Amino acid sequence: MQQIISFINKNKYLLLFLLLESAAIFFTIQSHSYHSSKFVNSANFITGGIYNRINNFKEILILKDENKRLSEENVNLKNLLNLRDKSDSNKINTVIDTLKFHQKYNFISAKIINNNYRKSNNYLTIDKGMNHGIKSDLGVINSKGIIGITKSASSRYATILSILNLNSRVNVKLLKSSHFGSLSWDNKDYNTVQLLDMPIHAAIKIGDTIVTGGKSTIFPEGIPVGTIKDFRTKNNNYDYINITLFNDMSSLGFVEIIDNLDKFEIINLEEKSLNE
Amino acid sequence: MNRETINIALLFIGLILLQIVVLDNINFLGYINPFLYILFIFLYPIKKIDSTLIFLSFFLGLSIDFFLNSGGINAAATLFIAFIRIPVLKSVLGKRDIDYTMSSLKKLPFAKMYTYIVILTFIHHFIVFGLEYFKTSHFEIIFIKTFLTGIFTVILVMISFTFISRR
Repeated sequence: MQQIISFINKNKYLLLFLLLESAAIFFTIQSHSYHSSKFVNSANFITGGIYNRINNFKEILILKDENKRLSEENVNLKNLLNLRDKSDSNKINTVIDTLKFHQKYNFISAKIINNNYRKSNNYLTIDKGMNHGIKSDLGVINSKGIIGITKSASSRYATILSILNLNSRVNVKLLKSSHFGSLSWDNKDYNTVQLLDMPIHAAIKIGDTIVTGGKSTIFPEGIPVGTIKDFRTKNNNYDYINITLFNDMSSLGFVEIIDNLDKFEIINLEEKSLNE
Repeated sequence: MNRETINIALLFIGLILLQIVVLDNINFLGYINPFLYILFIFLYPIKKIDSTLIFLSFFLGLSIDFFLNSGGINAAATLFIAFIRIPVLKSVLGKRDIDYTMSSLKKLPFAKMYTYIVILTFIHHFIVFGLEYFKTSHFEIIFIKTFLTGIFTVILVMISFTFISRR
């Protein structure tokens, strides 16, 4: 016992260093795994608050682009409204039976207050949190396409795992033929992502549109992702398929978070059938 | 609370804010963001054994990690260079023991101070990028990033040193 105490006394400087260093390495390893970085993130009161202040200055710079994007979305929505059937609009009495409607997705609007796109593991921070209904594993989009998936949330802020992250995998499909693949990023260009696991019999061309697949409970089907930029075949397989994103990941402003209201029902059902 | 303690506290908070508000948004040549916050390690008074610096450097790195969502990468790297700075300084000066009363780097000869800063900066950056990628297949990009960002950081550290010593 005496010897242990004297050993600790002699080496306490080294032991302190080793203790703190292993704590740091522990946080690092935790942050590399997809689901468990709960402690060190920018969704807390102090960092969220500071990022919010910084963003108030930056916001002025992106207002012009953001206005343009909103007016484009408005035009699209107005066009959709005008697509109604002629015979339908001539009817005078419209009966709305709310029982026939079933709301599957709930959209929450939020503002990005910190945007990373230059690193190998990029995260975004938004100004909405658990108080506004944000949980982990919700899809994040804007009118142009997908952005990422929420990771951790505090009461007022939340972090988003960007699709520009080495850990990110999103289920996507070809718009024209509904072949499924998964989306990942090779950490080179922030406007280009890669499509993996595409079967060779799916005939693809440069310029084909890629949308989300709807096979997971996170994103609804058909959210735009991007177009095929180039690809190469090797050994009767696709070697790589590069996709140009519709979104400019370097200038993001307002986003929508998608909460799938049927998520628990689907997950419960899937677990039940697995156990049977 | 003497003057030295207040100075260190101000330096600690000031460097974190400078790093978050300005330096992480530079993106020079696409991806180069200097880590000027390690200036704290260089400006901290030189003492023989100092547990306070070990604690402070850990929390300095961890604060940066909180902002950048990077786990414990910066904490591990900053802590490591804080731990090895005295042995490195000894070998740079070529002495078995240092005169701890001089307490500041400014009085060192320029070439030796420069070597000391370069060694610690590159070790720090290598740990940061090594842990960020965490794979041997990314060796090339780790070295490129360490080299380019390291040069940028060293230049900024030297500029800050001339400003501080002029006062």
